[in-house]
Amino acid sequence: MPDYRWPEREKRRLIGKRISRVDGPAKVSGKAKYTYDVKRPGMLYGKILRCPYAHAKILSIDASKAERMPGVKAVKVIQDPGTEIFWAGDEIVGVAAVDETTADDAIRSIEVQYEVLPHLVVDSDPSLAGDRLRPSAEEVKGNPERAFEESDVTAEGIYGTPVITHCCMESHGSISEWNEDKLLVHISTQAVSSISDAMAEALKIPAGNVRTKMDHMGGGFGSKFGPDRWGIETARISRLAGGKPVKIMLERDAELTVAGARPSAYARVKVSARKDGTILAWDSESWGTGGIGGGGRPPLPYVFDIPHQRIRHMSIINNIGSARAWRAPNHPQACLITMGALEDLANKLEMDPLDLVLKNIELTGRRSTVYEEEFLKAAELMGWKEKWHPRGDKTKGPVKRGLGLALHTWGGRGHGSNCDLTIHPDGTTDIKLGTQDLGTGTRTVITITAAETLGLPMSSINLMIGDSLFPVSGASGGSTTVGGVSSSTRRAALDALSQLFEKVAPALNAKPGDLEAVKGKIQVRKDPSRSLTWVEACKSLGGTPITVRGQNPGPGRLASSGVGGVQMADVSVDIETGVVKMNRMVAVQDCGLIINPKLAESQCYGGMIMGIGYALYEEKIMDPASGRMLNPNMEFYKLAGNGDIGELVVHMMNSDEHDGRGVIGLGEPPVISPGAAISNAVANAIGVRVPFLPLTPNRVLEALAS
Amino acid sequence: MSKDNHSKDQGSGLSRREFLKISGLSLSVPLLTGGRTLKISGENVTVYGPGKSPVALSVNGKTYKVELEPRVTLLDTLRQELDLTGAKRVCDGGTCGACTVIIDGKPVYSCSILAIDAQGKEITTVEAMMEGDRLHPIQQAFIDNDAQQCGFCTPGFVMAAQAFLREKPHPTPEEVKTGLGGNLCRCGTYMGIRAAIMQASKG
Repeated sequence: MPDYRWPEREKRRLIGKRISRVDGPAKVSGKAKYTYDVKRPGMLYGKILRCPYAHAKILSIDASKAERMPGVKAVKVIQDPGTEIFWAGDEIVGVAAVDETTADDAIRSIEVQYEVLPHLVVDSDPSLAGDRLRPSAEEVKGNPERAFEESDVTAEGIYGTPVITHCCMESHGSISEWNEDKLLVHISTQAVSSISDAMAEALKIPAGNVRTKMDHMGGGFGSKFGPDRWGIETARISRLAGGKPVKIMLERDAELTVAGARPSAYARVKVSARKDGTILAWDSESWGTGGIGGGGRPPLPYVFDIPHQRIRHMSIINNIGSARAWRAPNHPQACLITMGALEDLANKLEMDPLDLVLKNIELTGRRSTVYEEEFLKAAELMGWKEKWHPRGDKTKGPVKRGLGLALHTWGGRGHGSNCDLTIHPDGTTDIKLGTQDLGTGTRTVITITAAETLGLPMSSINLMIGDSLFPVSGASGGSTTVGGVSSSTRRAALDALSQLFEKVAPALNAKPGDLEAVKGKIQVRKDPSRSLTWVEACKSLGGTPITVRGQNPGPGRLASSGVGGVQMADVSVDIETGVVKMNRMVAVQDCGLIINPKLAESQCYGGMIMGIGYALYEEKIMDPASGRMLNPNMEFYKLAGNGDIGELVVHMMNSDEHDGRGVIGLGEPPVISPGAAISNAVANAIGVRVPFLPLTPNRVLEALAS
Repeated sequence: MSKDNHSKDQGSGLSRREFLKISGLSLSVPLLTGGRTLKISGENVTVYGPGKSPVALSVNGKTYKVELEPRVTLLDTLRQELDLTGAKRVCDGGTCGACTVIIDGKPVYSCSILAIDAQGKEITTVEAMMEGDRLHPIQQAFIDNDAQQCGFCTPGFVMAAQAFLREKPHPTPEEVKTGLGGNLCRCGTYMGIRAAIMQASKG
């Protein structure tokens, strides 16, 4: 049995090198086909009529005009009269027509009568929620009451971050078509292997009758795991249209209204310490919403295991679209609340917050030495000790500068993954996995791993992903993909190689165990002059290919979990206009063995930028009167642009200790700290806490006025 | 001239697209094909629709003739009629830049111009950037600097970058920050994009 390990560092030819992503040329040339780009023969365009009310009962639906319209091929009532609707934007009727304009006209011709019911869409003030509150049980550890009494300093504050949306560039959507009782689905998804099962269950057909395909996807960030109601209805509408392909991609307003919501989280926090900075006690009452299904619960206090604590949380059940996992679910919220409270505590202690976290670093548990090392590195890269000043920049002029910090953690253990690898007698190598590339670089990671293991150039690997016919691989969520697919691929390649060695050993007059695959050759380890080229070696297969399946989890230690990272932000705030400007941000991040530093850094930059977005700009603004989202577009749902992010510095922790742990996922961790680090930097600059994100000019000015 | 499929009222209220349609109608620029000329307030105005009209577009040096309703945007025409899917529909409202194409040398949000108004102009899409199998230096720079993640916004960025570098062949890093400000990326590839523009500007 092969030894399932990663090659030693000095022997790695491709792993750890700055390799460009293999699908880069397709993406820069417009050749990469996303679900949005797929056009099937005879395809119809679908549109959905959505409920304009946040809470209502459907009284009647008259779609007869739409049915009579030339070019309209199917009209499908999705929710019947009598149904109670719980959020504005919910699906009522779907149509399919020969082109989009006809489908639009058909949607506009449909008349629906509603009984409008009372709604609640606010979430920042639980006193307005009435009976829509769902409190969790109080959790107590130690003796918080006594600990607060014994403390020298107690800081109190309120912190929060609103519901934000995923705002994927490629909206949700799919194309469904029937061939008799077989369904083919092209869909933008983070879970190619499981969509078929979800569709089949909803449509009550055998799972084997559904095939799901996707070559490329334009972002998911946690919002694209399931087929969603509109995806399932696409298949039903196709059936009504005689099985013709029906494509429904969400319009931007629907995308922002119903297809992405990260729960809000707000908290009143009390945290205390001894005069020397030893943190003693924590008390928090938090609340937030994830819509009608309730929301997640921020893990408070975050990372720091404060010895005495009392935690209470309330979910507010309100009439907005349901929550979805958003990159590092619940962590950014918990980080903002905890690191904000600790920064306020440091201020009260008249301590540098860096000194406060280092003094209490042991409360971070088993990764405390990593955090310490990371903070010291970040401080060096930021010039923290030179630039930090006590709260409130005392320099003249309206522009105040400040620094803030935060830390985060994530699991990132590789998911279940199956990889089929075939070595053909002609020397070609095929790899198939039912995985997908979210933008992480999945194709590149698999190709690097296989080529490294087989001693071949990357160009000789023929990789196929994005099809439910391929071996099941996990959903791309929770930073689990790179760990999962690299491990299953490594095992498959090692197993295949081991079989190949068996075949060619006699020809080299050696034992299989004495062979190695290097630079396109199979050679005797101790006598490389005895070798066969890869193609010669594969000829010895005698016409029968080798096919193996590598799996994760499996033997050997290729992947593990648990990373820590820290970030520091440097901002300027104009106290006359309230505008916050990012100057610089530093991220120091641990992620185990790094398959491709170029892609790993991209993940960090991306996380930091997305973090700057929710820290400064992003908010799903709900209108309490109408119950609708007020900014379901990209003009007023603002993402950070190139000019908004300042300079970003990423430093990956890559010592033998980190490397030796194997591959750990990296997608989520870097997006956790920015909100807290930036919020703390603004407090440091202007001398007061701006309680809620995003740190918009009016919130900054309000905080200054108070 | 037109197949009178659905000449009914389009509903009340003016959407942005509806507004564009009307502003398209009121323009008195000479259009190449398909319209009727009416005299309105003493001026000759070309009127299209409400059904489909023949439209001729010059894209990447080739002329395409299609039948379109006047309200159809250039973006949707490129994607659905001409199978040029490099330009993406993201915001559909002139904000994000994912649909950027170059018209007569200028970068344009193709979601915000009607196909009929793009007649008589030279339209260049990302599909014309490669010469055979050879990537354009800007495309190569995007790859070298990993200026892409999911890649959905990338073609728009490539087109915006090309227009920007044509205007400013040797930009400063500060100019790159604002010059590419008309395109948004959700994955967060701006650091790569900045590096790519600087690399391409040296090429």
